[in-house]
Amino acid sequence: MKIPMTEYLRIDLETEKWECRVCDHVIAPAGGNYKEGLLVHNRDPREIHPPIIDPDKYRFTFSPDPEWVRILEFCCPSCGTQVETEYAIPGHPPLWDMQVDVAALKAQWAARGPAALPDAGPVVMPERGHSH
Amino acid sequence: MNEMSTRAKTPTLEEMNLIKKFLDDTTLFLGPDPEIMQNHDLMPRTEIEDAAIGKVSDAHTVAKIRDRIQSGCDEGYEMVEQMGAAPGAKWGDVITGVYSASGDLAIASAGGVLIFSALVHHPIKFIIKNWMDDPTVGVKDGDGFIHNDSRYGNVHNTDQSMIIPIFHKGKLVCWVASTVHEGENGAIEPGGMPSMAESPSDEGLKMSPFKVVENYQIKRDILTFLQNSVREPKLQYEDMKVKLFACLRIKQRIEETLNSDGPEALMATLRLTMEQVRAEVKRRISEWPDMTVRSYIIQDSTLRENCVVKINCKLTKTGDRLIFDFRGSSPEFTNRATNTIVAGLKGMLAQVFLCYVWPDLPRGQAAFAPIEVITDPHSIVNCSYDAPNSQSLMSIFTGFTAGQHAVAKFLYSCPEKFTRVHAPTFNMINTFIWGGVSQHGETLGNLCADLNGMGAGATASRDGEHALAPIFATMADIGEQELNEEEVPFLQLVSKKMTRDAIAPGKYRGGQGYTMMVATKDSEQWGFMTTAQGAKIPPLQGLFGGYACGTYPLSKVKDVDVYDVLMNEPERFRHSIEEIMNEQPFEDADYSTHHMGMGFEISKRGELFMISQGAGAGYGDLLERDPENIIKDIEEGLISPEVAARLYKVVFDAATLAIDFDASEAARAEERQARIKRSVPYAEFVKGWNKPKPPAHLQYFGCWGDDVGTLYMGAPDITRRGDQPRPNYMMHPKDVRIAELEARLEAAGAMGDEKK
Ligand SMILES: [Zn+2]
Repeated sequence: MKIPMTEYLRIDLETEKWECRVCDHVIAPAGGNYKEGLLVHNRDPREIHPPIIDPDKYRFTFSPDPEWVRILEFCCPSCGTQVETEYAIPGHPPLWDMQVDVAALKAQWAARGPAALPDAGPVVMPERGHSH
Repeated sequence: MNEMSTRAKTPTLEEMNLIKKFLDDTTLFLGPDPEIMQNHDLMPRTEIEDAAIGKVSDAHTVAKIRDRIQSGCDEGYEMVEQMGAAPGAKWGDVITGVYSASGDLAIASAGGVLIFSALVHHPIKFIIKNWMDDPTVGVKDGDGFIHNDSRYGNVHNTDQSMIIPIFHKGKLVCWVASTVHEGENGAIEPGGMPSMAESPSDEGLKMSPFKVVENYQIKRDILTFLQNSVREPKLQYEDMKVKLFACLRIKQRIEETLNSDGPEALMATLRLTMEQVRAEVKRRISEWPDMTVRSYIIQDSTLRENCVVKINCKLTKTGDRLIFDFRGSSPEFTNRATNTIVAGLKGMLAQVFLCYVWPDLPRGQAAFAPIEVITDPHSIVNCSYDAPNSQSLMSIFTGFTAGQHAVAKFLYSCPEKFTRVHAPTFNMINTFIWGGVSQHGETLGNLCADLNGMGAGATASRDGEHALAPIFATMADIGEQELNEEEVPFLQLVSKKMTRDAIAPGKYRGGQGYTMMVATKDSEQWGFMTTAQGAKIPPLQGLFGGYACGTYPLSKVKDVDVYDVLMNEPERFRHSIEEIMNEQPFEDADYSTHHMGMGFEISKRGELFMISQGAGAGYGDLLERDPENIIKDIEEGLISPEVAARLYKVVFDAATLAIDFDASEAARAEERQARIKRSVPYAEFVKGWNKPKPPAHLQYFGCWGDDVGTLYMGAPDITRRGDQPRPNYMMHPKDVRIAELEARLEAAGAMGDEKK
């Protein structure tokens, strides 16, 4: 059984691995930090939250201060899906955000059975504009 | 040394009772009681309740009575909302509730600010413990008690409660209370939430629970004292009356039940409602995966100065236990107002569940009762008696967000959901607090209801809604600004216009916030303050690859009278912060930007103060956002075409906004490859990124990384142990500035021969 844990991650209870729900890539051991199997980019927050008022004239611009905070972007090394973001103080170790008790998860789902799996499947880009 | 000789004699039971009586009789001050204040669980079932349940426990009877009490609470709520004088009352910053004879909140009104009533059980328990048997006070039919001091159980002391006991044939059967965000409380700044407070003595009226009503009449001498202590004496009187009459209406509904079904049926209903909710919460938690989730939220200011203040949250679920561990959060500030008492944090965490996770449960204290909370003593989320806390909302709200963010990660895999998985809602009160003398000569101090217009977080299946509701009340209003303007001497020249590009991108984007521009018009004695964080660091985290909101500054334009401009050259006026600040259309005016902690500032006619409400967080990878929804955002003025094209990698015709779907898909595929190319494997990344201590260029407060036992206090070499309190003083920002300037003068040899 494969348990969807987030929008893009699932845990395979048989292999005890985190997997990508978009491309099936095997990411990391389920008992560990899935981030260790992902790629990271240190993003300047001004690129995502653009200055609305002129940074040459003003101290505060609607953009986060890049000396004070960075956005860590974690993506799947196989398909490039952005699995998680973390707004982090420069130099602050990334969080082990989901530390799963795998044995308990297995027991919980053994009792439940696969019929109880949440139905939110992997994301598919909508097809459009090709109705020749 | 003989061991026997050093051991003190163990006192007998009789001696212990004598010691206890001596201590009780000689207590010099009944301060907040830790036994009451640190406990948020339900009181044990009493013998009377047990006997009542033995007589009445039929589910249909209980449901019928619960619905009647619920509609009684809703009726009381409506009364306060319709008749209350405080602006907060008019927009639903109000609540009513019925509490058990032991003081637990059993049923609250369906609308209103749940956190208020989730905290009032503390002052009721104080009254029960201290005043009930005190011959100089006592609790009788017809009595009413007032309370506002957060240290005895409240969010902040701008909220006032009226609490009345309900008797049946001489026996106490329950309590009723009504709470309103009143605003004015006589603090050093008008409006009730001073950010300048450096000690509790700066925070205005501090009412421990005391009797202010006898024989259903407000005692005039005490009322006059309270009026004399605040800037809005008429409001103080009117709202005490309104709250009392709302309580009396609920009392009337309870009496109808007492007469028709008897006191046992009422007491059994209150008790069973709480016990059943508590049991159901345990059951729901047990359905979550066993896991530990970590999150942190950064406050980027104390409202006096910018600095980095960590709210650290570790949420662990094992079986049917759920534990919020906030250890590692910032130490309390000895002379800044952003601390909260731990009960305030717990009350707000209860809202995560009752407003966003299990809104189907009856609203009361029971839903959070079995959930555990751990904090460091004298920390920003569990502050001491001597720490100011008038701006506790800053820590209560960021604590809420850390909890909301962590909870979402448990919910995704649950087969049974009661709401959609939800990214964090915007959490700052980006609004104007105002005060002074109005155009009618009245002294006023309060705020614009726009604080209720927080943008909602995106969910697993749709965008967040704009300016939806405050995190502390899902059904509050943002009021009618035009009505407000009849009472106050300023206009919101731009109001409820979405702030373009202040976005939280994602597969589903966060709901956005709107611009507010205010300018004083008809008073020479009028000013504003703003009390929010998040001008340098976003106060949210995104969810599952989505982004948080950006940051929100305060912009001012001085040396201008925009009313003259509007009269003489209206074409010069602009309707967005972007245009006014970038184009600087008013000649010779002074344009400046600031963080959102503006202390009370007197304004001149026609000067502009401009802020924006904030966006809720985004959900999921932004490259998965439906291109049609991106174009809709452009058409609705939420995002500019350039930013949309750059971030979302959607290709469209600049003139017609027609989407090129093939080109968009290709651009997105290319961006996914570009991500892989520019990113590095985790192990390699942390080698370069991780630092053993906080950066020296930031004043950093709280733990760093995994070592939650060491709390930094503003510099890499100043720390305290989490469990060992130390004072944590901040310098006056003006002294900091003076020192900087003096250093520069000294370096330039320009200090002259000034003696020291
Ligand atoms: Zn993948």
